[in-house]
This record gives sequence, C-alpha cells and structure tokens, in this order.
Amino acid sequence: MSSVPNSAPAPEPEGPAPSRWPVPAGGPDDVRAALERYGYLADEGLATVVYLSLVMRRPLLLEGDAGVGKTEVAKVLSRWTGGELLRIQCYEGIDVAQAVYEWDYSRQLLHLRAAEARAVSTGASITADVEDELYSERFLVRRPLLAAITADPEGPSPVLLVDEVDRADDDFEAFLLEVLSEHAVTVPELGTFRAVVPPIVVITSNRTRDLHDALKRRCLYHWVDHPTFEREVEIISIRAPSVGPVLAREIAAAVEQLRGLSLYKPPGVAETIDWAEALGVLGRTRLDEAAVEATLGSVLKYREDAEKARAAGLGELVRAASERAS
Amino acid sequence: MAGDQGDPASGACGTGPATAAARPERLAVAFSRLLWGCGVKVPAGAAMTYAEALSLLGLSRLSPVYWAGRATLLTRPEDVGAYNRAFAAFYFGDVARPDKGVRSGRTLALLAGARDDGERDRDDQTAGRERDGEPAPLRYSHIEILRAKDFAACSADELAELERLLARARLRGPVRRSRRYQPVRRASHHPDLARTVRRALRAGGEPVRRAWKAPGVRPRRVVVLCDVSGSMGPYSRVLMRFLHLVVSGRPQVEAFTIGTRLTRVTRELSVHDPDVALARATGRVVDWSSGTRLGEALREFNERWGARGLARGSVTVIFSDGLDRGDPENLAGEMARLARVAHKVVWVNPLKGSPGYAPLARGMAAALPFIDDFVEGHSLSSLEALAGLVGNE
Ligand SMILES: Nc1ncnc2c1ncn2[C@@H]1O[C@H](COP(=O)(O)OP(=O)(O)O)[C@@H](O)[C@H]1O
Ligand SMILES: [Mg+2]
Repeated sequence: MSSVPNSAPAPEPEGPAPSRWPVPAGGPDDVRAALERYGYLADEGLATVVYLSLVMRRPLLLEGDAGVGKTEVAKVLSRWTGGELLRIQCYEGIDVAQAVYEWDYSRQLLHLRAAEARAVSTGASITADVEDELYSERFLVRRPLLAAITADPEGPSPVLLVDEVDRADDDFEAFLLEVLSEHAVTVPELGTFRAVVPPIVVITSNRTRDLHDALKRRCLYHWVDHPTFEREVEIISIRAPSVGPVLAREIAAAVEQLRGLSLYKPPGVAETIDWAEALGVLGRTRLDEAAVEATLGSVLKYREDAEKARAAGLGELVRAASERAS
Repeated sequence: MAGDQGDPASGACGTGPATAAARPERLAVAFSRLLWGCGVKVPAGAAMTYAEALSLLGLSRLSPVYWAGRATLLTRPEDVGAYNRAFAAFYFGDVARPDKGVRSGRTLALLAGARDDGERDRDDQTAGRERDGEPAPLRYSHIEILRAKDFAACSADELAELERLLARARLRGPVRRSRRYQPVRRASHHPDLARTVRRALRAGGEPVRRAWKAPGVRPRRVVVLCDVSGSMGPYSRVLMRFLHLVVSGRPQVEAFTIGTRLTRVTRELSVHDPDVALARATGRVVDWSSGTRLGEALREFNERWGARGLARGSVTVIFSDGLDRGDPENLAGEMARLARVAHKVVWVNPLKGSPGYAPLARGMAAALPFIDDFVEGHSLSSLEALAGLVGNE
C-alpha cells in the first residue's frame, strides 16, 4: 500500500499500466482531440510529447515564455483524465513544508494538551505512546508532492503540476529530482512513502535560469512556442467567442506584430485572450487605432512596452494587421 | 562522433535483416550519434528513450519521428536549429556537414522497410537489397512512390499531396564560416570570458567551468533562377513551391524567375503562407508561360544583380530545361561570367530525369561547361536530393 510506511525500498511497479493511467489508443491525434475538447489547442509537437509522457510515464517538462500555455496543459490534462490537479507554485525559498508535507502543529499541540490533562487527572505521566501519536499520519498535512505519491491507486492518477520550477532554488530542484526518480518521499518520523503508480507530472519553466541536466534527463522536453497565426486565430475564437472572425484575425495579426517589437514582455496567448475579451466588451468588429489605444493595457502589461508600441505607431500596427488578416 | 563511425544510416541498415523491433533502436542510436556530432549535448540514455518513443509511434510517418526526437533528445530550444539540420541530413541527405557523409536513400530505405503493416515479405526483400549495398528507398509505400514520380505525370490530387509533403520538408542551405564567434561546449582556443563571468556570477563567485567560443558558421547565399517559360509548364508550379520553401525557410536566399525577362521574387516568396507567397510571386511575373531567352535573362541578372555582389560566393541554382530561343553563344558568355563569381553553379533540369535524356538542347549544351552540378528535378525525391547537394559544400 502506498501510505504504509516502509523504509526498505519497494520494487518499482511492474506489469501492464494500471487502468487509471490514461493510454490514448489513437496516439498523438487522440491527445490533440482530447485537449481540444477541453478548450486547449495543441500543435503536433505538443500533442506528441504529451502522448509520449502519458504512455512512457515520464514527467513532462514544458519550457517557454510566460503566457504561452504551459500551465494550462496540466490543468486540461487533469480535467480530461479526471485526475486531481495537485499544484506546486514554485518561488524562491520554497521548501519541504509547502511542497511535500508539514506537521499540523496546532492540532498536535491540542492533542498534547489533552494528553497532559488526562495524565494529570489519572496521576500518570505522559508516555512515549503520546509522542508516537503526535507523529502519526493523523497529524501529517500532505502537500502536493506527498499527496501525489500517496494518492489512491484505485482512482485516476493525479496530475502533479510543478509550476515555474525555475523560480525555486537548486536545492528544491535536486529534491524534486529525487522524488521523481524514486517515486518516493521519506518522512523521517514515519518512513518512506512510495507510489504504487507514479503520478502524471508536468513541470513548467519560464527559463529565467537553466535547469539541471539531471532533471531534464528525467523528463520529456518540449519548448512551447508562441502559436502560429492561424492557431492563434482559432484560440481566440474558442476562448473569446464574442469576437467575430474578422476581428479575431486582426487581433492575432496585431499580436504577431507586437511580438516582433522586442518588448520587455512580449504578449503571450493569455494577453491575446485578454485583449480579445476587452475588444469584445467594447463591441468592436474591426481593429482601429482608437480601439487599440483604449485597450493597449490588456495586451501590453508594462508601460515601457506600451510606449514602445506607440512609438512604433499604432496606426501602422492596425494597418499592417488588417493587411495580414485579409 | 558520427564521423568516426562512418555513415550512421548505412551503419544502421547494412548488417542484414533486422527484426522490426530492432530498427527503431538502431535508427535512434544512429541519429543520436549524428546529433551529438553536430554539437548537441544529447543526454545520456536519451537514444534509448528515443527508440522507445519510436516504437510507440511507428516509423511510417516522418513527423512523429521528428517530434519524438525533439522530445527525447533535446533539452533546450537553442539546439532546435542543429536538430533540424541533423534531421534534414539524416532523412533527406541535406548535408550541411560534409565530413559526416550521410546519404539519404539509406535512411529512407530504413524507414520504408520498417513499416509494420503487414508488408513483411517486402521487408525481407528490402533487407536483401540492403545487404547487397543497394539502397531501395522508393518502393515501399504510396508516398515513396509518389516521391519519385515525375511531376509532369502526376494527377492534380497527387500534385496536391506532393505539395503537402514538400511543405513538411525542412530544407537547409550551405554554410560558410563566419568571423563572429559563437558559444561552444567543448574547449577551444578561444575562452569566452563574458560567458564565464556570467556563469561565475550565477554561481555566486564559486569557481565554475570556463566557457568557450569558436567561429560560427553562417549560411552561404543561395541564388535561385527559375525558368517559368511555357516548356517548363508541368514543373513551374511545384518548383515555385520549392522556391518558396527555400526562401521562407532560411535567410540569404534570393529568388528570380526567368522567361523572356528577369523578375526578382524574393520578397514575394518570403511570406510564410505558401499560397499567399505563390499568389504574390505569380502576380509579379509578367512572362509566365512565355518563351525563353536564357542568355538575355542571365545577362540582366549578371549586370543588375551579379555586379552588385549578389552572386559572389553564392551557390547559384538554375531551374531550366535549357530549351532556349536565344543565341547559345550569348548564353555561354553569361554562364561564364556567372561561374567566375559564384561559389558553385547548379543546373536543375527536369528533363534529365526522363530515360535516355541527353543534353542536346542547344542552350543546355552551351551552358554545360560552366556548371558544377547538373541534376534532375522532376520529382520530390530529386528535389530533396538537390537540397542535399546545395548543402554539400
Ligand atoms: N493552445 C492554447 N489553447 C487554448 N488556450 C490557450 C492556449 N495556450 C494558452 N492558452 C490560454 O492562455 C492563458 C495563459 O496560459 P498559461 O498556461 O497560464 O501560460 P504559461 O503557463 O505558459 O505562462 C490561459 O488562459 C490559457 O488557457
Ligand atoms: Mg504558467
């Protein structure tokens, strides 16, 4: 059993993949279709790597600029497979307590008080048993990593999302690698928890720094690019359905232009969708300079970038976009 | 290094009949070796992961083979360029690194022979042929047959399919050394101090590995002159697609059409979308399906563009059947001028693919002495081979 502590290493799970691991029979095309059903449009490269990661049971490492749709892959996988999404949002200084487990100190304290009170009333002393009780699974708070390792093997595999791992320190990365290689977590007071079936793992990085080779070696790798023009038009039409087809093309074209301006933060798909929604709310059917001016903040989140775009000329942007779109 | 092992593709298919299961493995190992030779730090064990991925995805289509390799062998986007070059070299024989001596037919044979859809007996034939050292690349699937088929003999549907196949191909051009340094992995004679310092800063002042740089390579200019006169009719459209692929796929390509005059179509063809690009280019060309004055058109090219240095050091590729109404003397003179400045002149003649062809057309005969490579260009596989030739310095 996964949650029974055992300090001796248990054998790796063998035999055919348990049914709770989704195995798309139709290959990458199936994956693409499934993701699309949940509102995510994947290109062939992404569909292939997701497929391989499901079938080969390897963690998936997605790198790319912010807003290109990395995190969303894990979310959509979770909705598709029915596996719980267990998310670790990384940041500088993230530690075991947030990522793996923590003792519930306040409840432990309460428990201790109660034991003390009992001891006083019976005239006995606090025993070693109480200490054992304090460090039992009752008081263990499972953070996403441990939760993923100890998930019910009968249910659908959880989707463990380690988001923006480039923000965490090296130590955390090393620890993560260990967990991913062993599919096991050791809690010193309790022993080792070992997964019966490894979870589906998606790791994302905005690549603010390079990750360790060892971690990359464990994973299947995909660099997520900004979508092509046609793909982005499709994304707009499913994510911002209030926007008409002509405007959708113009928006995608304008975003493409903006990405060429070497901005501090080039717009990602997230910004495209925000922008499309903003223009939709204004009831626009075509892009014009006034509309762009009014909504520029939703596609360029930094003032410097907005200024750069203005300097390059919003009228010119609109003109080029409508030419590209037609 | 792949070079030490000789040709990775032949290494993979030269050792007799293989079980279908073993093929992905050998393919994966051979390709990983080539990739490593191209300077990509392929993670340890990745070749086996690639092999596993290939056996899951099958080998009957090239694009899963491509994406599986990217997923399993690469760990950084910077390596995608090298990966694409290695992939083109391995699967299309488009060799940017001549020392590696990769040939395309072998790999295609390997791929075609590895189909696991019941064509086992044919597989055995393939294996036999491979043992004899004779590559048999073009026999085993509809697509392989189509690849070799003369464009002029193709139906509209087949042409459309070929255009799709063509659009999938990634073609790279030749490279020349550049004076700009680029970071490299292995120790070279040029320490890269800036990068070493950045590394040290990141490591908080700890001693770090030194970074190195070496002269980079930059693409050699490719100039393509495409005959669009009436006699080229069956080929013009596909060749223009090919042109678009070359122009939009890499920097430093110049494209012109020739008929009774010369038209520069580089800008029109630079558009990403092939249909848009083609529409724009054909819109610009006024002498589509006209007669041919090769000598005149070449003179115009030499004077207007060649003199400005466009052809200097370039690989110049002429697509033409050599059926010319002009004066052959004239053509010979202009070819000589071109050959003096160009690094290499390649003449692609779709008629050369027909059995029994001899370059008897007057124009062709006049141009022949000034040509470095005279090749056929009547089918997709010959265009792929051409891409390899252009890349093979
Ligand atoms: N291919 C896509 N299809 C549909 N929606 C997408 C796609 N790519 C990105 N999005 C949307 O863009 C937004 C940003 O994506 P997200 O996954 O948060 O980006 P990242 O994690 O790369 O920063 C989300 O709302 C997501 O739904
Ligand atoms: Mg994210």
